[in-house]
Amino acid sequence: MIDQHREAFREEAFELLAELETALMELEESPEDIDLVGRVFRAMHTIKGSGAMFGFEDVAAFTHNVETTYDHIRNGELRVSKEVVDGSLAACDQIRRMVTGDPRDEDEEERILAVFQRLLATAGGKIATAATPPPAAAAATAAATHPGNDDGSLTTYRIRFVPEPQLFATGTNPLLLLDELRGFGPAAVTAQQGRVPRLEDLQPEQCCLFWDIIVTTARDAVSIRDVFLFVEDDCELKIEVIDNDARADDDLDYRRLGEILLARGDVTAADLARAIDSQKRVGEILVETGTADRRLVESALAEQEHIRQQRMTRQAKAETASIRVAAEKLDVLVDLVGELVTIQASLSRTALTRGDADLLTISEEVERLTAELRDNTMGIRMLPIGTTFSKFKRLVRDLANELGKDVVLTTDGGETELDKTVIERLNDPLVHIIRNSIDHGIEHPAVRKAAGKPGPGTVHLTAEHSGTSVVVRITDDGAGLDPAVIRAKAVEKGIIAADADLDPAEILSLICAPGFSTAKAVTDVSGRGVGMDVVKRGVESLRGTLDISSTPGQGTTVTLKLPLTLAIIDGLLVRVGTAFYVLPLAVVEECIELSQAEMDRDNRRRMVNLRGEIVPYIMLRELFRIAEEAPPIQQAAIVDVDDSRVGFVVDEVIGSHQTVIKTLSRIYRTAREFSGATILADGSVALILDVHGLHASALQADRRRETHSTVDRP
Amino acid sequence: MSAAATTTASTYLTFTLGDEDYALEIGKVREVLDYTTITKVPRMPAFLRGVINLRGNVLPVIDLRLKLGMPAAERTVDTCIVTVVIDIDDEETQLGALTDSVKEVVELDPEQISPPPKIGTSIRNDFIIGMGHQDERFIIILDIDKVLSTDELDLVRGSESSEAAASSRSTTEAAAPAAAVS
Repeated sequence: MIDQHREAFREEAFELLAELETALMELEESPEDIDLVGRVFRAMHTIKGSGAMFGFEDVAAFTHNVETTYDHIRNGELRVSKEVVDGSLAACDQIRRMVTGDPRDEDEEERILAVFQRLLATAGGKIATAATPPPAAAAATAAATHPGNDDGSLTTYRIRFVPEPQLFATGTNPLLLLDELRGFGPAAVTAQQGRVPRLEDLQPEQCCLFWDIIVTTARDAVSIRDVFLFVEDDCELKIEVIDNDARADDDLDYRRLGEILLARGDVTAADLARAIDSQKRVGEILVETGTADRRLVESALAEQEHIRQQRMTRQAKAETASIRVAAEKLDVLVDLVGELVTIQASLSRTALTRGDADLLTISEEVERLTAELRDNTMGIRMLPIGTTFSKFKRLVRDLANELGKDVVLTTDGGETELDKTVIERLNDPLVHIIRNSIDHGIEHPAVRKAAGKPGPGTVHLTAEHSGTSVVVRITDDGAGLDPAVIRAKAVEKGIIAADADLDPAEILSLICAPGFSTAKAVTDVSGRGVGMDVVKRGVESLRGTLDISSTPGQGTTVTLKLPLTLAIIDGLLVRVGTAFYVLPLAVVEECIELSQAEMDRDNRRRMVNLRGEIVPYIMLRELFRIAEEAPPIQQAAIVDVDDSRVGFVVDEVIGSHQTVIKTLSRIYRTAREFSGATILADGSVALILDVHGLHASALQADRRRETHSTVDRP
Repeated sequence: MSAAATTTASTYLTFTLGDEDYALEIGKVREVLDYTTITKVPRMPAFLRGVINLRGNVLPVIDLRLKLGMPAAERTVDTCIVTVVIDIDDEETQLGALTDSVKEVVELDPEQISPPPKIGTSIRNDFIIGMGHQDERFIIILDIDKVLSTDELDLVRGSESSEAAASSRSTTEAAAPAAAVS
């Protein structure tokens, strides 16, 4: 139980620390922004408070001085300086260590505490003395004296205290309890006489009364329960919150009388309805007496209804804004939906072959529901990429400081949503790319000035949707990549032959070759020569692509194209021979027929005239070396590959297929033509085609064929 | 890891490839499956036979015969897929190994196991953990991690990418039952 709470605290703390870092980075840019100071203070305060509550006393003690500093800043007694921000960021790191349970770096903690102690001392003598109690003690008192709402907000409770008739036998005087409650705050006490019997039955030594108490107080429910501690076993006690400050209702009216009685359980809903029915509505009375026109009343009622609806939706929104769910639960859900999709495909197939109209209707309904369920489930996994972006601000700042460079990180499209797995696994590649940009790309300020560039270098991160992909670009305005240098380096490292014939794009892509690094000195940051090939592998493992473009002297852009999701896609099922394959439907533009005659006429050119546009095509049968005879009329799926159209020729296009993506084993990681596999309705496995990989393989095969058969070319 | 170094008896699963008996440490084995339709992954070395559906997951299947340099065999009723767990790049990976038939689970004492012979084995010496002796028969205990290690896979990928290898592959595939959807 405790562990569970500690775990919850950990999770919350990590989020708070991330929020804290973001706020600190912004604060550094606009130190006068009092709202930001408030954000930092609140985050610190929450970490301290919950830390103490869940037994992370060290966190609470450590955070105390930092928090106090921000309190003074908030009160205008201190100013935000670089020292404050640096110290706070360092403090974040230390808190994170404490929360994770990593070994503590006590020297560093001492140093940070010293910084804040000094800061506090400069804030003015009288505050300094007040603000430096032994931190541990302060935290302990903070935890002990605030058992309730530590922000002092008021809550109204409804308490029903129904003592057992034998209460007096224990020597309890209920009036003392009620007096104690009155001491909590404004209270209304009503004695209920419903249990008092007729006089002849009355036993004076029995307690027949019970009480309803409404009290508004800053204390919490536990303190109220404590009042009744000694009589708890001898009474029926109900404590409910009926109103609090946090409930920002601007409407002054509380519930109607009937509703209150109902909530208390004093009347049943049926009783209430009967009573209300027997009573005439105000509107009816007004209409009957001719005071108001029926239409006027109706319009007023409509207005009432409208506002009620509005409020209800607003309330629903406020109450269910978000819930926290463990990631594993979500993964299980997605797996289950995946299985459902597979089973549903098999249901549809069975229904079709049976030809039973009723079964078919049901199966179609299930299909519709499954598709909706699938989309919704996938939607849950979508997160804005911005959370990752804001983490990089810290990285850029630290790195720039370390290297003595001046670098600003700007971002765009942080709201772009991506599958959470993709975002998580994108983190490392992005870190490498940004490190490279700052380390190798951005020049030192003096060099920049000499080149006529603005002093601070810029790393610009953007994300945007493009079909079923998300394109992430990392652009820097640094020195750019020099093809000649890269070439020389690649030759020196033995990656290419000295006389290799490469176009500029191919030369740039060499920096992704294993063991390639152009940094002259191995720095702490990058230059170990593992960077870009690891990045490329990481991106490819996400079924993404990586492109590099660069203008010497102007900067470099790395473009990552990533799939939206790694779980389920809409696919197009095709057949070649006896094998089935799936193309991602999103890249398929249209399907056409190709007769053998047509293909013979085209001979070796492998182009098809598509409404005046010449589209090259790839024969999957040939590329996959499938032995069976081709049918007289084949079909081609016209696919968008890197903004150009390519046809993939198959025996038959079967139709759309909800495709649950199963990763191919690591054994097949060199199979670039396939991005995964899926289970078909009959339980067999179909491979998912990777159009980029296929295209590349086909080009390679073509090149090989050309070099082999230059003799017989026309 | 070497079986000869352990003092207590270890348990092995034995199976046949051709005329010879082979064994895998039982800890490496997950289950034994009947032969099922294998979906071929095109443009891959022949010993990577393809993938199968194992209760909704996609499991790669390796033809141990081809991997160990023996000729491919016709499928029989005894043909089995032994699923094993190996480490590839420090990640646990499950895969199926196609064998001619699965025999039994045996216990071998350390003294029943001799180190791999320097010469005279039909397969590469470094693929063998040791030679088990049982009732006058030899059992070759395979180092399955080694057989299917990354280096081995990459090596084969490199050497088989030529057109010649590809054509020999298509003939082996033709001999194999049509791996496809009905």
